[in-house]
This record gives sequence, C-alpha cells and structure tokens, in this order.
Amino acid sequence: MRSLRLLCYSFAVLGLLFSGRPVLAEETIKLAYTDPFSGPFASGGDEFLKIFQFIIARKNAAGGALGRKFELIPFDDKLQPAEALIALKSMTDQNIPFVMHCTGSNVGAALIDAVSKHNARNPDNRILYLNCGALATELTNEQCDFWHFRFAGSVDMRAAARIKALPKDLKKVYLLNQDYLFGQSIQKDSKKWLAKLRPDIEIVGDELMPFGKVQDFAPYVAKIKASGAESVVTGNYNRDLNLLIKAANDAGLNVRFDTFLSHLIGGPTAIGAAGENRLTSIMEFNGNVPVDLKVPEAEKLANDWRTSGHETDFSTLNFVTMIDMLTDAINKAKSTDPLKVALAFEDMHGKDLLGQDVIMRKDDHQLLMPFYAGVFSKDVKYDSEHTGFGWKNYMTATTADLTLPTICKMKRPE
Amino acid sequence: MEIVLVSLLNGLVYGMLLFMLASGLTLIFSMMGVLNFAHASIYMIGAYLAFTISQFTGFFPALIIAPILCGLIGAAIEVFGLRRVHSNGHIAELLFTFGLVFIIGRVVQMTWGMLPMAYRVPALLDFPLFTFYGQHFPAYRGFMLLVSAGMLLATWLLLKKTRVGLIIQASLTHPQMASALGHNVPMVFTLVFAGGCMLAGLAGVIGGNYQTTEPGMADGMGPIVFVVVVFGGLGSLMGCFIASILMGMIASFAVVINVSLLDLLKPLGVTLPGDNLFTEFMTVPVARIGALLPFILMILILLVRPRGLMGTRDT
Repeated sequence: MRSLRLLCYSFAVLGLLFSGRPVLAEETIKLAYTDPFSGPFASGGDEFLKIFQFIIARKNAAGGALGRKFELIPFDDKLQPAEALIALKSMTDQNIPFVMHCTGSNVGAALIDAVSKHNARNPDNRILYLNCGALATELTNEQCDFWHFRFAGSVDMRAAARIKALPKDLKKVYLLNQDYLFGQSIQKDSKKWLAKLRPDIEIVGDELMPFGKVQDFAPYVAKIKASGAESVVTGNYNRDLNLLIKAANDAGLNVRFDTFLSHLIGGPTAIGAAGENRLTSIMEFNGNVPVDLKVPEAEKLANDWRTSGHETDFSTLNFVTMIDMLTDAINKAKSTDPLKVALAFEDMHGKDLLGQDVIMRKDDHQLLMPFYAGVFSKDVKYDSEHTGFGWKNYMTATTADLTLPTICKMKRPE
Repeated sequence: MEIVLVSLLNGLVYGMLLFMLASGLTLIFSMMGVLNFAHASIYMIGAYLAFTISQFTGFFPALIIAPILCGLIGAAIEVFGLRRVHSNGHIAELLFTFGLVFIIGRVVQMTWGMLPMAYRVPALLDFPLFTFYGQHFPAYRGFMLLVSAGMLLATWLLLKKTRVGLIIQASLTHPQMASALGHNVPMVFTLVFAGGCMLAGLAGVIGGNYQTTEPGMADGMGPIVFVVVVFGGLGSLMGCFIASILMGMIASFAVVINVSLLDLLKPLGVTLPGDNLFTEFMTVPVARIGALLPFILMILILLVRPRGLMGTRDT
C-alpha cells in the first residue's frame, strides 16, 4: 500500500516535471531533417547536417523567425524510401511542421507522395516538404505536388548550365554516367541540351556504368582513349568519379572532365593534382564566387565555415537561401502553419546572399537560381579542402538562363 | 587489336590485386572453414594504417609495418573472438565475422572520418614505366605486379617447401591426426588467420593509393573477393590465382565489349517485336552488366562444380 502511494507521488512529480515541456517546445520552430547518417552515403548526410547546424545557428543569432528560434531534429533514412516514411510518421506524430531532405530522388519521390496523402487526410496536422537536393527533374514535373518545394536546381537546370559551360572549341565528348535513376536522367538531359545548344559537338561515346560497383577504371580509360574524345561529360560522383580521374591520370589520358558534381565533399581531396586545369564542375557556390562578385558578406560566411574546424568547403548556398526564404515566408504568413507558409512561398522573389535573383516559381514549386561553372586550378584565392587547388569560376548560368519550362499540373488544396 | 592488349594488361594488374586479397581469405577459408566476412575490412584497415604511417615514415616502411599490424589484429581476433565462438559451430563464426564488418567500419569512420584520405602513390614510383599504344603504364602498377608475384612465390614456397607449410597442410586436411602427433593445431589456426590478415593488409597498403582510401572501400571489394574464393575452389592457392586473373580479365574486357545478346542472335535472323522487359534484357550491352558477370559465373560454377575450379572438397 505504501509503495503504491510512493508510485502515485512519483508519477505526480514526473507529471509536474513534464508539464513544463510543451510550453518550452512552443518557443522553437521545429525543422525535421532526414538524410542518410549511416551506410555508404553517410558522409554526405553527416556533412549536410553540420552545414544545417551552422546555418541555423547563424539564423538564430540573427533572431530566428517571429521572434522564435529554429530547432533542427535529424532523422536517419539510410537512403531508403521505407525508412524515410517511418521517419515521416515520427515527425507528424511530434507535430513538426517542416521536413527537409537533401539526398536521393527515390526517397524524394516517396516523400512527396506520402506528405501529399498525409496532408489530405490530416488537415489539422500538415507538414511541408522542403527539398534541398533530390534533383530528378520529374519531381517538379510529372510528380509535382503542392506540398513540395525544391530549393535546388533540377537535373534539367544543371544539364543546361553544364552544356552551356563547355568550351567553344570542343568537338568530341564522351558521356559516362551511373546506371540508376539520377545517372540516366543526367544522360538524357545532357543529350537534350547538347542537341539544342551545341549541335556542333559529336557524341563519340554514350555509356552507363554499374553504380558503385566498378573497382578498376583502367578499361574505361582505354575505351575513352580509343574513342578520340576530348572531354568526358559525367554525372558520376564520389568513388565512381574519383577512381575514374585517378585511372585517367595514371594512364596519361589527356582529356577534360566536365562533371556535374566533382565539387562534392571528398572529391577535391581524392582527385588532387590529377584534376588540375582539366576538371570542371557546376556549383551552387564556392569560396571564390563572392571574391569575383565582390560580396564580403558571403565571403565571410565561407570563411567562418572554414575557420570553425571544418575540413570541407561551404558549397551549398542554396541551403542558406532555403532557410532565409523559410524565415521570410513564416514572417509573411505570421504563422508556422504549413498551408499559410506554402502560400507565402509561392511566387516569392528574393535575393540570395550573393545578391542574385532567386524566384520560387508558383507553377511547379521549383526555385529558379543561378549556377557557377569552375575549373580546378591553383590560381585561386581560396583552395578546396586544403588541397592547394580551388575552383576558378569561368562562367555563370543566371537565373534567367535557367528559367526552363515545366509541365507540372498541380492539384491545389481548396 | 591494341585495345585487346591494353585490356589484357589492365586485367592482369587488377587480377593480381584481387589475388593478394583473395589468397589470404582462401587460406583461412580452407583451413578453418570460416568464410571471413571481415577480410575486406582488414584490407581497408591496411590502407588506412599505411596512410597514417606513411605520413611519419614514408611509403616503404609503411609497406612493412602496416601488414604486420594487420597480422597482429588478425591474431587478436582469432584468439579472443573466433576461438571462443568456434565451439558453437560455423554459423556462429560466420555471424561473428559478419558483426566485425560493421564494428570495424564504424571504428574506421570514427578514427579517420568519412572523407577519402589523401593517400598518394610515392613520388619514387610516380612516373610512366612505358608507353603502350599511346597510353602510359604507370610504374606503380608494375610495382603492384612485382609485389603480388613475389607474394605468390613466397606463400607457395612457405606452404610447399618448409616444415611450417607441411604442418599447416596437415592441420588443414587432418586436424585430429596433426593434433595427436603433438602439433599445436589451435596455434596453427591463429598463425594462418594472422597470416591471411597480413596478406589482406598488404593488399590494402598497395590498393589504398591505387584506388582511393575511404570508408566505402571494404564494401566495394568484399563481394568480388568471395566470388574469387568460391570460384577458385577450397584450399587451392592455384585455383585462387587462376580465378583472380580470370575475374580481372572479365572486369577489364566486359567494359570494352559493346555487344548485346540480340547482336549475337542477329546473324541467325532473329528479330524482336515490340518493346517489353524481354527486349530490354536482350539488348542490354555487356558493358552495362559487366560487374554482374563474376556473380553469374559463381552461380554457374556452384551449380555445375560445387567444389570450385581446383578445389579439393565441396563448398
């Protein structure tokens, strides 16, 4: 009997302790973030998490939104759609109004579908999907949805910038891509833009390679050599890119590598001198863009990142743009209600940290934004990952250049 | 013609790297019956250790020290782990090494981080050895060939021509009898396991800068090494060697063959109507599925000849 009473008291105390919590929780704006934090792609998710922590700390120091601070809550989706859906369930159970996700178009497609259904069934507990890096063009075309906003250039936009940034005297290219959704999408859009912008270029090789399975790239190098290509245009990244360039360098293959993603974390370290003056990439940002455009604020941001103990580069300016626009939208809507924020996002015109125009297009919820093409060079103010080489920008694809048509037919809530 | 010769050379180099990795595994597998899942993880540790050591001492001392450290790690795994679970049968041992893969992967990530290391070929070996149809053959590849050939010779001599080799072979085929004759069979097991891990470590030192040193490298090499061991046959160093070279050649040649099944059937007048899953299957070029071929071969050999190419007993 006595122990029962003790139990009652302890529950009462516990209740008192926890009754304070919802009040505290009301004060922050919760941002769920799902990406792989374990498994082979953990390095990417881990890095993005650090970047978000950095950006959100900066935003909170500037006052947050509606006088409330942002709180980042990470979930591990292991790059698997099923895991992401379990994470989504947990987010909606906690009434989190926003979910950010940056890696994997397959996960992105699953999230769009699940968020849309959830919001239709639970109008009083909705969630808004902020996409910072699932790039498949379909996600804002055929599969576009009212509850999904993409703050990263689609594959189509990247491919347009990529082909536009090829040197004028280039005559023969070799397309090499990974054999899965993203690689195939890059292959298709590269060919589309080559035909449109550079009909003078001949495609001497067009190949899909197994994704992440190839251990020795020397045979591919032999094949590229035999084709007579002057440039390899590739969407490969991580190991599939690093090993290719290493093998090409070993064999003395003298071609350009016009890539989509070689600036991703680890790439510059793994490639090193092998990429000097022949490796190019299409970037949202790099440390030398603000130097060229003379924007001290953005240069300071990149420097703060470098000097705060990070071994990598700050390359995802679109993450900053996303958090800035989210803050603006919340302030404009005077609420964190996903529907009101979504309506505030639509057709929002803004300037990113570099002072460039960015527009959240109402038709398909795709952010229209610029891209920068850089070549891997010693002749730069800021090097990349302490390699002594950095990205020297030689072309900008402006927001106007990359305002591409969409076929999205969006179903809007009443 | 030139692409055939270049591919032959490429296949040989990659095959020899595979052999270095697989020979240790086949020794362990045939001796203890344990398919050591963590073998490629030891390969990864070898590469990381070599990177760290080479920063202090240069590449060549690292070439010696890192494999020895890997051997010690292997011995520790055998004495403190495998030997204890051994009494619970092969499944327990299998699960034990399977768990090790994750633990080692995580420890490596926590120690060295998730990004690739700047582990480079030493300047002494960083020049083209000769030029072959306009393509350089890097000296480092020649060095890899040399080291792996030397290793093959040394292992063969050790196993066939020395007393230690005699005891190892005896323990391999007749453990009870060897034990009854007064040989310390558990000690021999530890030696073999440590030796196998040492070879994996050596492959890591050499493969780490030939490829890239990063947390994904164990996952990349693991499966193909199992294929080599199963294909080559249990307990046969020679079978392992042949299988390694074969897999190297397949990896190399599959890339340059742009032929699909349909192309083979065309001379017979076969055409395919419509566009369905079957046409997709028939028209996919070999280059696109090259990485699958070793696994197809493994399945075939398991169906036709379960003991492998030169195996002495069934898998």
